[in-house]
Amino acid sequence: MTTATAHEAHDDHGPARGLSRWLFTTNHKDIGTLYLLFALLMFFVGGSMAMAIRAELFEPGLQFVNPMFFNSLTTMHALVMIFGAVMPAFVGLANWLIPMMIGAPDMALPRMNNWSFWILPFAFTLLLSTFFMEGGAPAGGWTIYPPLVLQTGDAFPFLIFAIHLMGISSIMGAINVVVTILNMRAPGMTMMKMPLFVWTWLITAYLLIAVMPVLAGAVTMLLTDKFFGTSFFTAAGGGDPVMFQHIFWFFGHPEVYIMILPAFGIVSQIIPTFARKPLFGYSSMVYATASIAFLSFIVWAHHMFTVGMPLAGELFFMYATMLIAVPTGVKVFNWVSTMWRGSMTFETPMLFALGFVVMFTIGGFSGLMLAIAPVDFQYHDTYFVVAHFHYVLVTGAVFAIMAGAYYWLPKWTGNMYNETLGKWHFWLSTISVNVLFFPQHFLGLAGMPRRIPDYSIQFAEFNMISSLGGFAFGLSQLLFVYIVFSTIRGGARATDEVWDNPEGLEWTLSSPPPYHSFTTAPEVK
Amino acid sequence: MNAPDPRQQATRRTLRRMLFVAVGMFGFGFAMVPFYNVFCDITGLNGKTASGPTQTLEEQPAATDRTVTVEFIANLNQGMPWEFRPEVNKMEVQPGKAYTVRFYAHNGTGREVVAHAVPSVTPGLAAKHFHKTECFCFTEQKFGADEGRWMPVRFMVDPELSDKHNELTLSYTFFDTGARTAAAPKGLEAVHPATQTN
Repeated sequence: MTTATAHEAHDDHGPARGLSRWLFTTNHKDIGTLYLLFALLMFFVGGSMAMAIRAELFEPGLQFVNPMFFNSLTTMHALVMIFGAVMPAFVGLANWLIPMMIGAPDMALPRMNNWSFWILPFAFTLLLSTFFMEGGAPAGGWTIYPPLVLQTGDAFPFLIFAIHLMGISSIMGAINVVVTILNMRAPGMTMMKMPLFVWTWLITAYLLIAVMPVLAGAVTMLLTDKFFGTSFFTAAGGGDPVMFQHIFWFFGHPEVYIMILPAFGIVSQIIPTFARKPLFGYSSMVYATASIAFLSFIVWAHHMFTVGMPLAGELFFMYATMLIAVPTGVKVFNWVSTMWRGSMTFETPMLFALGFVVMFTIGGFSGLMLAIAPVDFQYHDTYFVVAHFHYVLVTGAVFAIMAGAYYWLPKWTGNMYNETLGKWHFWLSTISVNVLFFPQHFLGLAGMPRRIPDYSIQFAEFNMISSLGGFAFGLSQLLFVYIVFSTIRGGARATDEVWDNPEGLEWTLSSPPPYHSFTTAPEVK
Repeated sequence: MNAPDPRQQATRRTLRRMLFVAVGMFGFGFAMVPFYNVFCDITGLNGKTASGPTQTLEEQPAATDRTVTVEFIANLNQGMPWEFRPEVNKMEVQPGKAYTVRFYAHNGTGREVVAHAVPSVTPGLAAKHFHKTECFCFTEQKFGADEGRWMPVRFMVDPELSDKHNELTLSYTFFDTGARTAAAPKGLEAVHPATQTN
């Protein structure tokens, strides 16, 4: 709310006062802020579940929670982090930045924008309320495979409708992004002049529009199987549970790129600024992003190598998956080339971006290992998989979001964050996240299965190390909250450019930008 | 914005297209169900065997002395207090000759149960070369309280089975369908009869 007073200082008509400003707002900056704060809240909700999981796994044996509740924790942790933290954070960044980056006054469909945000609190109230229901929260894993998920108690319809609402919210957000980018660009802002964050979000939005409805269809079929006597996935009635896995992963694989492509965009904005060189290979970055998006539709069955596919299927999905390493490699090499002989400095956003490049690549390599069908039979459903997707999602997506938050926070608030604390946050996070997830590779290779509350004692040491890293990582994030809120409340004034000669239209605006920016479109040369 | 603004028109056009794609993809999710079943029927992937008795099945004299091992597995859906087992665990069969194997099922629930056995053949690619002329899986089986009985399967392995496959596994899973069939219509069969797998 303090930002409101800051805004009014140089606005002819500022935002409404009080709660109604946030409830009825159609302003892209307000909605972006709401999305980001909601994502931060959910990051801590999902994070506290992760803390409970790591506490239970600190030692072998059952200490704190019963196995059923443990399974609920892993399931809900995933759903909250994916749909509540990572995706809304990216949509929040898109809302704040896309209009400013393409020189538009606002998003193209502001009323729908308000709606797509305000659906989310209801979706997550539905989802989180299941913890207090008869039969507990959903415990069948976030992949909601039948027949297991059909055994969920009263929580089941709440789970399905929460997923429907999240899907509707994502689809509306994505449509808004596409419509804005295609129709609202300033004169002279051609497609191939758009900042890479805008490009990656355009492609992400297409992915969202293509696959979120498929998930909605799949969960609707689960709902009718459970309550209306259909047999889409019930073998006894002629259905096939494996078919659910195909439909789910047809959504699920593009979904993992939905959670990483905007991160690629953020990092592609940050690295050139701090290397003081233009991005190396801009057009190859655009084509690589589009290739990754295309390939994401034809690799889904690598999540289910062990269901008993014929050899030809295993080989196709193995090779197609490995092919994704090519455009991803193009990106990593482009980032490295951008830094080559640059005048680099290492402010917090750059540190997070560099951490992203290194650790996301580790996650990418373990992904390549998992892509090899014959060895996947060993790795499948072990902690190796857990280590892999946490490297790409935590040190990948979440680190990129934090990099973006530090990079644009001075622009949004008009205040500089505390650089010393920012560096502390980076180093604490980076060290603890590796202590947390790196040992999980070894646990997985040694055969520890995922989604279990108790384990054999040979896994004890690595689990204890991992839990200690987990607690340290969780506590480090409190520092992030402190930095963000203290920056909102005050701090050294940020200049309009904030950084040393950054590229992009958003830096031509004041810091903080006026409530309505680019009411007359800027000319892009 | 009362006059037709070209930008607003373009916005509405893009919006309509995107909504159309979203609705289309929702339909595509459902279209994957028949696609998947047709695909599996044609290719025999997923171990789905023919959906009824093979009509014209003539025994053919064995061209070679090749034999194929057929293993039998009997599973129960979780929580069913039943006994369900094959009479033998495996048989050496000659392709082109018909054989009979019996499965024993015993309903230990103490009440009448309608059950349905769903077959599956592995390796999946061999499934279309495994023919059944008679099988308890073609129909639903009614068992009285504590009733047990032997049920036959008459089958033949097609001589066209690739010589890469010398071991087949025929597995049955028994499902208690009583409550389901009594309570509600079956959605899938009504929409798409070909999806019935027995």
